[in-house]
Amino acid sequence: MQNSTYAIETKDLAIFYGAFQAVGNVNLEIEHHKITAIIGPSGCGKSTVLRAFNRMNELIPSVSTKGVVLFNGHNIYERDVDPVEVRRHVGMVFQKPNPFPKSIYENIAWGARINGYTGNMDELVESALRGAALWDEVHDKLDQSGTSLSGGQQQRLCIARAIAVKPDIILMDEPCSALDPIATLRIEELMYDLAREYTIIIVTHNMQQAARVSDYTAFFSLSEDGKRTGQLMEYGDTKTIFTNPGRKITEDYITGRFG
Amino acid sequence: MAIPTPPVAPLRRRTRIHEVIIQGLLFLCGLISIFVTTGIIYELSKEAYLFFGYQQWLPAHKPLVADIAPEQTLFEVGTQGPALEVGSHYRIGDEIMLLEAVDGALVQMQRGAQQTEPIAHRAGLTLSREVNPNLLEFLTGTAWEPHNGRFGILPLLNSTLIVSSIAILVALPLGLATAIYLSEYATPTARSRLKPILEILAGVPTVVYGFFALTFMTPLLRAIFGSGVVEIYNMASAGIVVGILILPFVSTVSEDALSAVPRSLREAAYGLGATRLETAIQIVLPAAFSGIAAAVILAASRAIGETMVVAIAAGAGPNFTFNPFKAAETMTGHIARISGGDLSYDSLDYNSIFAVGLMLFLMTLVLNIISQRIVRRFREVYE
Repeated sequence: MQNSTYAIETKDLAIFYGAFQAVGNVNLEIEHHKITAIIGPSGCGKSTVLRAFNRMNELIPSVSTKGVVLFNGHNIYERDVDPVEVRRHVGMVFQKPNPFPKSIYENIAWGARINGYTGNMDELVESALRGAALWDEVHDKLDQSGTSLSGGQQQRLCIARAIAVKPDIILMDEPCSALDPIATLRIEELMYDLAREYTIIIVTHNMQQAARVSDYTAFFSLSEDGKRTGQLMEYGDTKTIFTNPGRKITEDYITGRFG
Repeated sequence: MAIPTPPVAPLRRRTRIHEVIIQGLLFLCGLISIFVTTGIIYELSKEAYLFFGYQQWLPAHKPLVADIAPEQTLFEVGTQGPALEVGSHYRIGDEIMLLEAVDGALVQMQRGAQQTEPIAHRAGLTLSREVNPNLLEFLTGTAWEPHNGRFGILPLLNSTLIVSSIAILVALPLGLATAIYLSEYATPTARSRLKPILEILAGVPTVVYGFFALTFMTPLLRAIFGSGVVEIYNMASAGIVVGILILPFVSTVSEDALSAVPRSLREAAYGLGATRLETAIQIVLPAAFSGIAAAVILAASRAIGETMVVAIAAGAGPNFTFNPFKAAETMTGHIARISGGDLSYDSLDYNSIFAVGLMLFLMTLVLNIISQRIVRRFREVYE
């Protein structure tokens, strides 16, 4: 489905919580099959922007979204677009591992089944678990509860669950913030592999992580007018952002002077 | 000049009187509830023991036709009333006899049974029959006629179970659907308006529900199924109304269980492209299973113990039937009716209601234990 130059393209994206504008004027183009990191200080709307890419924000009743988000060239905020279909193509991995209280097998099979998958489920479960580098650890205990795994395994199970639906894009909202460094490393290695097949957008608090894994980096920060609206400050390839930032505020954040 | 040493802070343990008092009061409150429960169990068991364990005498309605001498074993009695039973003990005055044979009005008795003194008796005195309600008969007998010495609890138990099952059949789907709507679909405004209305339903006095069953539900059932099929007092009408009565119980506790399922699980489901219904039914509902099961079982024990509705609408008089459109008294209804009459203390009927009460207590106790097990076995712990 790569009939468009960009996987995601936003035009004047603005998101409101009630009357409060959380994010404004986001214009961003995200490349296919690349890892794009979204960094920035707390409360600058990184996660809100990420959740706008699969219309997850509208699960919160007070949130309203303005502007355009093109997914493969189609505006997903068009009136006739079904958010359920959007989420089918734009998968998500959350901050805290949230496996279903079902068996490991069911955790993966469920998403595929509700999406009408009729092929060989055992094969799908195996390939998804292999894809998430979890197969070797769990292949002999697929009937155990997903919640019985360790935190890092749970998060990889959540990744396996997401890729079993065969999305085009995987959104990752601080996927390693609840994990120890070793589990984090495994997820990061996994992201390299996944980028061959999927477009990955990751929100992270950890600047080293952004520098390590991403091809492109978007830096968000609060507007300087005192309205506390999150804004895209700088966007470019990761190496440039980290070694030769174009703006002072980016440099200050990256060098640890605030945030 | 010497630097003055700062005063040493007093680290000594202090007695905080008010804390001690409050702690004691709280402990006392806990103790009271335990005492009350123990007291109830003691009282029920004591009276039920009197019922099962004691020798009791029921009038056999058999007057002596002529005077009898102490050594006389063959004599005539009246023939009205229930038939005499060979092998049973009978009593006249202070003497107990064992019936060895009966032929029409002529009986053959072993005199002076159970270490009593054979004495002469005058004509017109009536026999009393010994009854020994035993546990097996109590649990398996299909007739409950204490005045006839028949103590099978099955008719009462059966109607209790039928009424409660109908109640659960009504309350479970409606309550669960309400809970899912409130927790997964309703906007905060709708929820804040609907929940108080549901709670009003829980506040209606049960006697009102009773007359609602009798004057609304029964005529409705008779209009639908025909008045030849549905009796005026019937278990179906009482069961449906008990179901409405326990509905708020099922729905509010289930809704709490559903709301306790973390949002992250719903987000995970939505993130995979699940619809609201798929998320609610396949993810949230199973995740809240233990809470919902506990709610249903607790509601069931509430239905079993419900008294007023069944006393008014289900019928007076034990009746062993599986037809829900027939009148049949439940255990609670029976206790209410019998204890409402003028029973003499220590009579067999009086003691029998404690046996029924103990049975009720055991049933709800077992249900509560099952619900605890389910909660422990199936609970998902979320951080």
